[in-house]
Amino acid sequence: MSAVAEVIRVSVPRRSWRSELRAIKIVWKRELVRFRADRLRILTSLVQPLLFLFVLGAGLNQLSSAGTHGVDLETFIYPGILCIAVMFTAMFSAASIVWDREFGFLREMMVAPVRRSSIIIGKCLGGATVAGFQGVIVIALAGAVHVPYDPVLLLGIFALQLLLAFSITAFGVMVAVRIKQMQSFMGVMQMIVMPMFFLSGALYPVSGLPAWLAVLNRIDPLTYAVDPMRRLVFNHLDISAAASRALDPGVTWWGWRLPGLLEAAVVLALGLVMLAIAIWEFNATE
Amino acid sequence: MNLAIQVDGLAKSFGDIEAVRGVSFEVARGEVFGFLGPNGAGKTTTINMLCTLARPSGGSALVAGHDVVRERDDVRRNIGLVFQDPTLDGYLTATQNLQLHAELYGVQSRLIKPRMQQVLEMVDLWDRRDGVVSTFSGGMRRRLEIARGLMHSPRVLFLDEPTIGLDPQTRSSIWRYIRELQEAEEITIFMTTHYMDEAEFCDRIAIMDRGEIVVLDTPEALKASVGADRVRIQTEDDAAAIAALAEHFDVEAAVSEGAVTFFVTAGEEFVPRLFAELGVAIRSVSVSRPTLDDVFMNYTGSTIRDAEEDQSATRNRIMMQVMTGGGRR
Repeated sequence: MSAVAEVIRVSVPRRSWRSELRAIKIVWKRELVRFRADRLRILTSLVQPLLFLFVLGAGLNQLSSAGTHGVDLETFIYPGILCIAVMFTAMFSAASIVWDREFGFLREMMVAPVRRSSIIIGKCLGGATVAGFQGVIVIALAGAVHVPYDPVLLLGIFALQLLLAFSITAFGVMVAVRIKQMQSFMGVMQMIVMPMFFLSGALYPVSGLPAWLAVLNRIDPLTYAVDPMRRLVFNHLDISAAASRALDPGVTWWGWRLPGLLEAAVVLALGLVMLAIAIWEFNATE
Repeated sequence: MNLAIQVDGLAKSFGDIEAVRGVSFEVARGEVFGFLGPNGAGKTTTINMLCTLARPSGGSALVAGHDVVRERDDVRRNIGLVFQDPTLDGYLTATQNLQLHAELYGVQSRLIKPRMQQVLEMVDLWDRRDGVVSTFSGGMRRRLEIARGLMHSPRVLFLDEPTIGLDPQTRSSIWRYIRELQEAEEITIFMTTHYMDEAEFCDRIAIMDRGEIVVLDTPEALKASVGADRVRIQTEDDAAAIAALAEHFDVEAAVSEGAVTFFVTAGEEFVPRLFAELGVAIRSVSVSRPTLDDVFMNYTGSTIRDAEEDQSATRNRIMMQVMTGGGRR
């Protein structure tokens, strides 16, 4: 700092799609770096899903064995757990927007000469990647619940997980953009996440439900991720036709069973709509 | 185009509270320009409008030749910002924070490393470049923020209270960086402060009070404009002393920070007359050359500290307004 050497002068280019891509990439990368630095979070966000899978699964097995046609309860709820493990992590990633606002970092991104949408898209992709990584850990447990390690199955599960993770992050960001304090965000999340999980059919088959529950179940977006996940897993299980009918009845709209691809499309469409709303809201904040 | 900043009638109100009431000024290229005023005077609101973070409710402003409303991105490409509150990512290292900034601003990849080294060396943080920011002290963080604000070679650097809450040693080193910067990078610096002693370092200062610019000039000219020495006396009866000063000497005095304060030319020669003719018992006397404090008092009628206590009530009102949604857009 003594003699000022030759000054390295850089220049900031005009905005272009390339600079937007760079911005998306760095915001995405930041989420990964932060996730890696926060090893505790990798563990803590797995606790709840694993509790549901092994404790609830094993504990209720004796009660349910009459109705499951010889399929373990753990195996039955495994697809649901694949979904919620991703969901919890994705929600937490979205929370980082509130965190960034509280700790001021959001301002650094808001004054940069890039579109606000690039920041939101980077966040959502980052959240999806982090949640997808968490999903891989749950996929690795397949053997423990008698699900075969079939490469096609595993890839299918992973793809569905990424899709769900993206949509849930978009949803979380949409909520987070409006909220100024971490505590309120956590409260809102608790209020939304648990009902979504319980209504989704992650823990029970979705046919023959009481009418009110059936309606709520069809409204719950998570339903459309859990159902194709279960179908995918059950197609790779060696179980009786009766068991398959009873445990994997599929989601129906007025008696019509939705194809898996349509369900995935519903999840994607919802995710994109929420992303659009999040961007619109973020643009409107000063 | 030799103007870095050109402001005309800029105003901002939150609900029915006018935080900035139509300010106009110009800043030349390469100048160190200071905004001086108590907390709540509208300095930060003005800075936020100039750096495109808040939309003016009236008037116009050009920064680096671009309109802050219509050419927002062009303004942003050309300015660097150091906020009053920290805006670093504590989970990342110093270099990761700078890298992120460079990527967001689209700095040419091959120049990122050398530029990073240059700005980090300037603020003496090159040795700590791989340290995680959450382990940094307050002064180190502020220095890192300054380095980050410079990463993309801005033409105008905005510093909002850059030295607030720092120890004297760090404060003086930050001033050294600012001076070096001005020499090395031909950069214009716009800063706010409420430390009088720091305002002395600026080429020109504008004194802001209650949303308006009261006076704008070089520190020397401002002090000369007061023209008089400051005399502070402690008396047995302040009210009687003020009345007597007005009657016998035609001097207007006021109680400030616990002493009767007034301005006279040639203060030292005035003191003997004071003792002879005042008629109120005096316990102590002090005479001082004009400082920026006096300038402030001369133009606003109160010291900066008195003004701050006075205005915190207004500020709380604005905060309430913003929090209840009155100011949200």
